Amino acid sequence: MSELSENIKQVIEGEDVALFMKGTPQMVMCGNSLRALEALRRAGAPVTAVDILPDPAIRAELSALSGWPTIPQVFVGGELIGGADIVEELEQTGELERKLEGALGEGYRDGRDEKTVSLL
Amino acid sequence: MATEPLRALLAGAFPDASEVDVEDRTGTGDHFQVTVASSRFNGLSLVQQHRLVYEALAGPLADGTIHELRIRTKEAT
Repeated sequence: MSELSENIKQVIEGEDVALFMKGTPQMVMCGNSLRALEALRRAGAPVTAVDILPDPAIRAELSALSGWPTIPQVFVGGELIGGADIVEELEQTGELERKLEGALGEGYRDGRDEKTVSLL
Repeated sequence: MATEPLRALLAGAFPDASEVDVEDRTGTGDHFQVTVASSRFNGLSLVQQHRLVYEALAGPLADGTIHELRIRTKEAT
């Protein structure tokens, strides 16, 4: 497995909520990444964002790992939750908050900030 | 790409579908909203449901014909 692939896996498995997106929360470069980010924010999720744009290899390796062809991709507790459509749908039904509580515990909103990590 | 070939791919993958809808969101033939209602989705997670739609549209997704795909799946009742 390549070093990049290992790094991606580490983020997926090590971060409570990982959002692979186009751009960063401060400068979102795609409407769908924004939809996913906003749904996660509404649910109070402690988002760790990864910008996939700096190198096309990031997206290729990520999709090879997850089997999911599009961006954004959201993982909670190491598990693929889906892309923008699913995350929005889950947020609207309250299921996203239940998933976050299940994976991270009831206090998942407390004291954890949004952050961005770089893979390169 | 027109919506009809995508509709045909989905109808082929979900022969029992009670609803197959493909909308060209931007009028530019590359941003689509698809809606499928099928018993194939019954009992599956949303991730698994969307994977089935991605599989059905793997060709146009891989060759870049589809630039953006929004998916809405419904279980058959």
